[in-house]
Amino acid sequence: MSKQLALVIDLNVCVGCHACVTSCKEWNTSGWAGPLPDTNPYGAQPSGVFFNRVQTFECGTFPRTETIHFPKSCLHCVDAPCVPVCPTGASYKREEDGIVLVDYDKCIGCKYCSWSCPYGAREFDEIQGVMKKCTLCIDRIYDTSLPPERRKPACVLACPAGARLFGDVNDTESEASRAIIDNAGYQLMPEWGTNPANHYLPRRKIKMTLHKDELVRADNPLKVEGELPKPHFNAPSIDEMSSW
Amino acid sequence: MQPAFSVLFLTTLIGVGQGMLVALVAGQWYYVIGSGEAWESDAFYAKGAAIALVFLAAGLLASFFHLANPQRAWRTATRWRTSWLSREVVVLPAVMGLAVIWAGVHWFEVKPVLLTFSNEKSLDLTMAVGFLAAGASIVLYVVTAMIYACVRFIREWASGWTVTNFMLMGLASGFTAAAAYAALSGSRLTDFLVAGAIGLTALAGVARAAHLWRNLHLAPPSTLRAAIGVRFEPIRQITPGFGGPSFNTTEFSVHGGAGSIRGLTWDFFLLAFLLPVLLLAAGGLSGEGPFTVFAFVLQLLGLIVERWVFFAQGRHVQNLYYQAQG
Repeated sequence: MSKQLALVIDLNVCVGCHACVTSCKEWNTSGWAGPLPDTNPYGAQPSGVFFNRVQTFECGTFPRTETIHFPKSCLHCVDAPCVPVCPTGASYKREEDGIVLVDYDKCIGCKYCSWSCPYGAREFDEIQGVMKKCTLCIDRIYDTSLPPERRKPACVLACPAGARLFGDVNDTESEASRAIIDNAGYQLMPEWGTNPANHYLPRRKIKMTLHKDELVRADNPLKVEGELPKPHFNAPSIDEMSSW
Repeated sequence: MQPAFSVLFLTTLIGVGQGMLVALVAGQWYYVIGSGEAWESDAFYAKGAAIALVFLAAGLLASFFHLANPQRAWRTATRWRTSWLSREVVVLPAVMGLAVIWAGVHWFEVKPVLLTFSNEKSLDLTMAVGFLAAGASIVLYVVTAMIYACVRFIREWASGWTVTNFMLMGLASGFTAAAAYAALSGSRLTDFLVAGAIGLTALAGVARAAHLWRNLHLAPPSTLRAAIGVRFEPIRQITPGFGGPSFNTTEFSVHGGAGSIRGLTWDFFLLAFLLPVLLLAAGGLSGEGPFTVFAFVLQLLGLIVERWVFFAQGRHVQNLYYQAQG
């Protein structure tokens, strides 16, 4: 299978800090894909172009609820529905790495591609008059002037919790693929047949079963911290071998 | 979806232009196959085609206002293999070109006989070009409607009814326009065109009602559960991740919402279908031209309202991600 670069986002780890949002905006507004202009940025109703947003959902009924922070950006679908509908060919999917991009020099700003995205991943730049979207930081990941460990999307590098992984999801040995396989990574709305490349790792309930003897230290019956008394060699022990 | 006025004018105006071409070609054919001696002058068809061209050109002009970078509009003709939008850009000038040729061969009376049939009827150049222009007009209805019908993420649009209705409403308004033109110029085709306009308008009204009925019973295409992939229900959005508006909240929803849609639905049924049928019938019976002109004006207005409702009713799947404001 050909290379398909993508993000893997761990919903079990994301804390909703929006560091990926701000680092994405900072990197991309000043780089190849920029600018990402804002309108009315200091007014009551600020608006602007972002490639990445973190949404927050509440699941369940109080008091049994759970808060889910959900980062959302272009999923770089394998069968991207936004690409064939473009009348000019400005919206395209790169064959060499599967990244879906917009050629700003060809885009006429008809917004038809955004209608053909079920994920709401594209945002229109009113000022430049072209459609914009996540580029997977294509100007970072192939930049050989950066040290290899820094050749990753800005959002991945910024995430303080390590909730975002980047890699080739078709290479089963990659970190991203391993994470998907090991943690039951899933795609968003697979019923539309878009086959998104980005995957999400589910919330995982971590339960620890504690037995009674694990709550009380069996080898400290007097509950006195300090050097343990040295019992006799034949004294009863946990492993029934020897107290030594 | 947010209706864009440029697209409302584009789809309704070219619909009138195409329909008028089909109506006039049908009128010409009606006399060719008819056994009587009646006929209509070539100048009548040439001037009618010119009026149709004005509507087509006005629609084309309106479409440019939808583009943020119209200087690159020529590129839109390049992806006709995959994009219905691109196909429209190819077919619309083709229809206009054929309309110009049709008007030209009529105006200059270039009518060599191409084929003669066993029943002594013959196909001349004006009729042949007319068939091509009418056929291209019908194709353009399908192409224009498929731009919307192929957006499977908007269930209200993704239906054969979209194609049926774009075609029927376009033909109805085109026949009404042609009837008004014929009535004003005192043409003998008036009765034929008025009858066609009444039939098509009534049919379009019924088909539009059927489309509305279908859209009342649509199941939600996806759930929030699939959208974020969490099985712990119920799920409620707390924030879409920003406080103000964004492209995803303005482009995919409409100001006024359900209330405006309901009110305007009654309005357009009255303006686009009911009143034009009554006025056309009055015009046909009384022979007074202004009735049909008034019918056309009301119908065009009604169809613009109809197109607004069509857009506003489209609910996009992506709205699952933008349920909470601020």
